Amino acid sequence: MNEPLLRAEALEKRFGAVTATDKLSLDVRPGEVHALIGPNGAGKTTAIAQIAGELSPDAGEVHFDGRPITRLGMAARARLGLARSFQITSLFAGFSAEDNVAMAVQAHAGHSFRFWRDARLDPALRGPARLVLQLAGLQGREAVPAGRLAHGEQRQLEIAVALATDPKLLLLDEPMAGLGPDESVRMVKLLSRLKGRVAMLLVEHDMDAVFALADRITVIVYGRAIASGAPADIRSDAAVRDAYLGTM
Amino acid sequence: MNGLLVLEQILNGLQLGVMLFLLAAGLTLIFGIMDLINLAHGSLYMVGAYVAATVAQLTGSFMLGLLAALPAAAVVGMAVEVIALRTLYERSHLDQVLATFGLILFFNELVRIVWGPQAIFMDVPGALSGTVEIIPGAPYPTFRLAIIGAGIVVAALLYVLVARTRVGMLIRAGASNREMVGALGVDVRLLYTLVFGLGAALAGLAGAMAGPLLAVEVGMGEGILILTFVVIVIGGIGSIRGALVGALLVGLVDTLGRAFLPTLLRLVMDPATADGVGASLSSMSIYILMAAILVLRPRGLFPAHV
Amino acid sequence: MSRLRRPRRRDVVLLGALAGALLLPPLALALDEPFYVSLASRILIYGLAAASLDLILGFGGMVSFGHAAFVGAGGYAVGILFVHGFDGSAVLGLLPGSDNALLVWPAAMLIAGTLALVIGAISLRTGGVYFIMITLAFAQMLYFFFVSLEAYGGDDGLSLYSRSRAPGLDLADDTTFYYVCLGVLVLFLWLGRRLVDSRFGMVLRGVRENERRMQAIGFPTYRYKLAGFAIAGAVAGLSGALIANHTEFVSPALMHWTRSGEIMVMVILGGMGTLFGPVFGAAVLLLLEEVLSTWTEHWMLVLGPLLILVVLFGRRGVYGWLVGGDTR
Repeated sequence: MNEPLLRAEALEKRFGAVTATDKLSLDVRPGEVHALIGPNGAGKTTAIAQIAGELSPDAGEVHFDGRPITRLGMAARARLGLARSFQITSLFAGFSAEDNVAMAVQAHAGHSFRFWRDARLDPALRGPARLVLQLAGLQGREAVPAGRLAHGEQRQLEIAVALATDPKLLLLDEPMAGLGPDESVRMVKLLSRLKGRVAMLLVEHDMDAVFALADRITVIVYGRAIASGAPADIRSDAAVRDAYLGTM
Repeated sequence: MNGLLVLEQILNGLQLGVMLFLLAAGLTLIFGIMDLINLAHGSLYMVGAYVAATVAQLTGSFMLGLLAALPAAAVVGMAVEVIALRTLYERSHLDQVLATFGLILFFNELVRIVWGPQAIFMDVPGALSGTVEIIPGAPYPTFRLAIIGAGIVVAALLYVLVARTRVGMLIRAGASNREMVGALGVDVRLLYTLVFGLGAALAGLAGAMAGPLLAVEVGMGEGILILTFVVIVIGGIGSIRGALVGALLVGLVDTLGRAFLPTLLRLVMDPATADGVGASLSSMSIYILMAAILVLRPRGLFPAHV
Repeated sequence: MSRLRRPRRRDVVLLGALAGALLLPPLALALDEPFYVSLASRILIYGLAAASLDLILGFGGMVSFGHAAFVGAGGYAVGILFVHGFDGSAVLGLLPGSDNALLVWPAAMLIAGTLALVIGAISLRTGGVYFIMITLAFAQMLYFFFVSLEAYGGDDGLSLYSRSRAPGLDLADDTTFYYVCLGVLVLFLWLGRRLVDSRFGMVLRGVRENERRMQAIGFPTYRYKLAGFAIAGAVAGLSGALIANHTEFVSPALMHWTRSGEIMVMVILGGMGTLFGPVFGAAVLLLLEEVLSTWTEHWMLVLGPLLILVVLFGRRGVYGWLVGGDTR
């Protein structure tokens, strides 16, 4: 169990003259929470996008669960157990919360070339969906169209959908984005419940959440990792202070 | 196979390519900057042709007709943009397709009411009605040569406009990232209207030049519109360079295919079959070209967006 | 599932429409207006074509502007097989012709479906504005292809001397043919409803809602879109076979791109994403054309702006309005 679950090596990504990712390497061990922090524009989302398979790196490689996945697309990586939640909520707005999660369950229940049975009445999909919704704190809200949920509930649903694919690793892109204090506490509780069961690569700005959850922190500035280690070490690192944390 | 015949067909292909470029350049910018799919662009071509034909008939001068067609098409285009199309920018592509489809029906009928259902014929202007010997012994219609020349001039002017002026810079910026241009404080609505007017003027010019070659009739815009779409798909949305390359490719492939495919096939098939298969294949040739390019480059040869 | 509650408005509307459809021929005969049966058959056939487009447009979010090509392909399949069956020759020197409905109608579906598979395979590699233009272009390609086929009438089209033969039914009788069309439509609407509620249907709906998220959760969306596209094409082919029978004539005009536009209008007018809506849309559009054209020969002048208004303001379509939004 020494082999990291996820390994990104020397990723590079340029957009014209801008270098968004500059020989970035990081890894995530099974079950750990590895947080990625850094100032706005540091390239965190770009890094996530390359790991998730939405963007193709100009150089570098990604390995997951022992296999190279650099050439694989988003859907293939998801099927291997790499799930992602989005910084800007990306749900099926017209579907109910339960349908949203059931869709994710269905994605991992074999192929979907089934044309006859009503999917909305299929207990093999509904059951697990309801369980995940409960885990995410959305019991009672199953029938509400996702577009009508409160912002905080939508962020919870974001996680729920990713979770329903039964992943080994969750790529969480600012799950706290736009949450008020109470909702943030709820979200941190939700993520702590998942700690240990699922590995997480967590991109976040909310430092309370980061220090509450992270086993390891990597700081990214201008697309490069400038420091990486245990939370206490990062807290006291002078370079990190200068670049990002300021008066923490 | 006669070398001179080949040369003549190549020139014909270039001439068709030039017409397609005039239509495609404006349309690809509209697609790229405004993300608006406009089926009624062919109607502006038709307006240009009708205005040119009418003015030419009234004044006896082709040049006056041409000069009238440009602003006429531009004005109609901008009017349509302000009145009908502005609401469509935020809408889905489906809504845009249906609404502009409705515009085509409306325009075609309007033209039919005003000008009548019969086709109008335009004469080739006297000064350009002869032939020029591009190579001794190879006469080629002067008018068609003039069209090719006009196309080169327009292409050069467009290049200067887009690559060397501020407006052009805004256009290029808008084609690759329209939200940014708005965020930079540019009056986007004005920019859109101007781009639309430019595209309309180019379409009107193409229509006016096509008048003497084809019949000026209701519905003449739709056939060439679809060819224009093929050009844009091949060239890449938002790119004038793509429009030029695509237009020349389509013009040449279509013309040369129709001229020589049956003959080529006669080398391997009996004449009757060769003619039949040749006719079918050549009518499909540009679409096959489009399919082939798409397989390798789903976004065309020079897409403006990455 | 409890079925003993008060009937939903939707069920009332649908049952009412079905009842009306069943009673139409005797009514028309009583009024001595057999033309209505013919018009109604046309509505049913185009309703089928529009419903098939709704599958990929309304449920799958694929704005295909070349759907008429598959209608035409199905029509020509029937026409070509008929002509060869009539004179005993073989299609491409291999296949014997036929006018047996049980053979040629499935053949029409198979041919149209395969065509859709090929066109879809290329087109679905793109999206957005590209996809719309490409489907339009391919349909135009097919139009020109059939225009160039002198052997089968080219621009003038191909005449069938009679309708297809079906065991035990005389399709030459307009009323019998009408009920066959109705039966086919009802059958496919029922199958279609099952399809859109199935796991496959949910994938299509998910793609329409948010294709990026569908991929992010693990769906290889391309193959599902392609399958949907092919199925829709096959059903459109069946409607083409019926059209060929109805008019005993096929021509390239069937697949002209303006026809694709009309079918799309039927879907929007009737109510997108409902399967039943497009049938109502077909009825409204075809009836409107009938009525408007008796008033003025310039009815297109009215239809054009009318269309624009519907698009801009008529969100739910006729069916949505009838059932009060309960279209699920």
